[in-house]
Amino acid sequence: MIAEAGHFALVIATILALMAGIVPPVGLKRRDMGLIALADSFAVAQFLMVAIAFAALMHGFIVSDFSLKVVAANSHTAKPMLYKVAGTWGNHEGSLLLWVLILTLFASLVSLFGRNLPLTFRARVLSVQALLSLGFLLFILVTSNPFERLSPAPLEGNGLNPLLQDPGLAFHPPMLYLGYVGLSVAFSFAVAALIEREVTPMWARWVRPWTLAAWIFLTGGIALGSWWAYYELGWGGWWFWDPVENASFMPWLAASALLHSAIVVEKRDALKSWTILLAIVAFSFSLLGTFLVRSGVITSVHAFAVDPTRGIFILGFLALVVGASLTLFAMRAPSLAPGGLFGLVSRESALVLNNILLATFAAVVLIGTLYPLFVEAAGGAQISVGAPFFNYAALVLMSPLIVALGLGPLLAWKRGRLSRAARILLPALIVAAVVFVGTVWATAGGYVMSAFGLALGLWLIVSAKLEILQRIRFFEGPMAGLKRLVRLPRAALGMALAHMGLGVLVLAITISETWTSETLTVLSPGETAMAGGYEFTLDKVEPVAGPNYAAVRGTLSVRRDGELVTVLTPEDRTFGDPVMETTEAAIRPLVTGDLYAVIGEAIGPVAADGRWSLRLYFKPAISGLWLGTLMMMAGGLLSLTDRRARVGAAAAREKAA
Amino acid sequence: MRGPWVFLPLAAFVALVALMGAMLLGDRNPAEVDSALVGRAAPTLTLYALEPGGEPLVPADLRRGVPVIVNFFASWCVPCRAEHESLMALAGEHKVQIIGIAYKDKPAAARAFLEELGNPYDKVVLDESGRAGIEWGVSGVPETFVIDGDGMVRYRHWGPVVGDALETRLLPAVEAAR
Repeated sequence: MIAEAGHFALVIATILALMAGIVPPVGLKRRDMGLIALADSFAVAQFLMVAIAFAALMHGFIVSDFSLKVVAANSHTAKPMLYKVAGTWGNHEGSLLLWVLILTLFASLVSLFGRNLPLTFRARVLSVQALLSLGFLLFILVTSNPFERLSPAPLEGNGLNPLLQDPGLAFHPPMLYLGYVGLSVAFSFAVAALIEREVTPMWARWVRPWTLAAWIFLTGGIALGSWWAYYELGWGGWWFWDPVENASFMPWLAASALLHSAIVVEKRDALKSWTILLAIVAFSFSLLGTFLVRSGVITSVHAFAVDPTRGIFILGFLALVVGASLTLFAMRAPSLAPGGLFGLVSRESALVLNNILLATFAAVVLIGTLYPLFVEAAGGAQISVGAPFFNYAALVLMSPLIVALGLGPLLAWKRGRLSRAARILLPALIVAAVVFVGTVWATAGGYVMSAFGLALGLWLIVSAKLEILQRIRFFEGPMAGLKRLVRLPRAALGMALAHMGLGVLVLAITISETWTSETLTVLSPGETAMAGGYEFTLDKVEPVAGPNYAAVRGTLSVRRDGELVTVLTPEDRTFGDPVMETTEAAIRPLVTGDLYAVIGEAIGPVAADGRWSLRLYFKPAISGLWLGTLMMMAGGLLSLTDRRARVGAAAAREKAA
Repeated sequence: MRGPWVFLPLAAFVALVALMGAMLLGDRNPAEVDSALVGRAAPTLTLYALEPGGEPLVPADLRRGVPVIVNFFASWCVPCRAEHESLMALAGEHKVQIIGIAYKDKPAAARAFLEELGNPYDKVVLDESGRAGIEWGVSGVPETFVIDGDGMVRYRHWGPVVGDALETRLLPAVEAAR
């Protein structure tokens, strides 16, 4: 019964979305305030209906109602409760429902927190948002109904892929979707602005917090996925340039560019059509990601449901949404009045450079991801584009970006002076140069690129610090300066923190990629192997039983210079339903890096003196990856709480009145 | 932004949709990797017969002057069960010679498999270690190769021969190899 209620709620939500897409625009045409005002009620009602449907599906998972096809296919009674709940979105149908839930949630947030947006504009935004929900709701009802029953109902479910039974992954999809779908708000704002033929600084002030929120979630979602890959897959890597990783990285790049170009619109009334285009493109990348994951057009570790009708539906939807918005853009962009002019050396120029580099990188990632398809379509051989291509592109495009990132915040709007910025940043330049020369010298010239990476990361970190110190005039009087620090706009602090976070990330990537030491070995209990200056001794190997798996657990004591550092217990788990093996890497983060151990198969007969294959790593500075990402997110969050983001609203009301 | 280049994003997107539409509607499986063997001579590895005392697979078996089919199977492989009917039809109605290679299988289990479902093979040999699988470049079982009379690989079928694959793929390939 509950499932049918959920299904019914979805149908109602679809009807509401259809009405919300039609009625307010009709009201706008007829200047009927009553009809326009309905947009808010529609938005909230849609969210409530989808929330009911989502709760109904979650209930099915919690009570293990195997008469529901999705539950039977993806859940199991022996599964821990967390993963029963997370199982709701661990499958194609449920994850789409989560997608719509977030889409309608954002629409109702726009309606609730956007009360000071002009009503007509808000109604436009909400109707665009409703049309997006309509597409996804139809997709669910027509091709992927989560409430489909099975008769007779099986006694036990198929279970969730054990690789996915992991806390990191339980929250990876919701985070990522909050990011993907959050970009729909920027998209709806852009389309509404194109319809109204007006992009104002106020518009940018509205779009920025939404984009920033989406960007924070996207950053967190990507990082969670990466963290999961690092400790769960047991390959010791954390980014593989897999098509679906790229699919989440492209909207991130576009959103990062959008964040920065919206500042230019807000402050200087320039770059309007470019910003609109970015808002459209960022969300289009989100939709493209959904298509790539679910159509089966590309193989990936994330292969979801390979069903051609689904693929065709999403492609059609994608074509409609993106095609229509880009057509609208082509028609209206020429009529957007160009705004303020700026000099070649200015904050604006630095932000334009940032945008060009980020957009180019996104385009390169897109081409790299789809290149195998181009070649295959052209009748060529099957190829795959590997990490070296992407790494090279990242190096070429991101290095100038990081150099500019240090300088940009110190340039004035309209016309800046490079000499002033250079004088302030001289210490950063010296630090970077010393580290570069020092590293090249210490490694006898063997690690030039690593030295370059270190120099770039430090340059960025020191520049961001210097920028803040200069802003609070720290060197004129440290105490007065610290007082000023507290009163500094949070947006300024947030920016510095996020930029430093990127610097930390660059350092961590460089150090871990360069100085990881890996040992592949076969040990009997009692034997020792070395990795990165640490002695790993295999003490014992024993079988252990978990709630829904059996495992072989190795116990390794790790010593440095004879001192016991830690004990690692990697496991090789075999799950029952479905039968599948997973490796549980044992990871112990130290200040300098991570100790990482993976136990593999037994070599020869499993007796007391059995021999086991082991992979032992010392991966330096890995924690810097997560720290850098957290700093970026914290910076975004700090900026989001800036007074300006909140007061912008009041100013909008005055203007509208 | 002015001028014709405001249409650039739209044009790029239309091209992208056309490409993905073509790939989606096209007859392809993205998980399938093309065989490097097609157009080359079949590997000549001698393999022992599944039946004790049976005749081994020798290079001459793949140069009979008529097309031969080489099918990798295993008793532990569920899709192999699914395609078995097609293989029986191929050997029975269509009179095509099939050589079966039991891939990474125990001899007793492979024999029981053929006893249960029937033996469509002209000759069945054993590849217990998977060595022949490496030579032939199979990525899993089942995989089926069409070899022409001169020992050249003309076609490789990836995955089970089920549905209309026998009529639309395998038999035309055998005809073309004649």
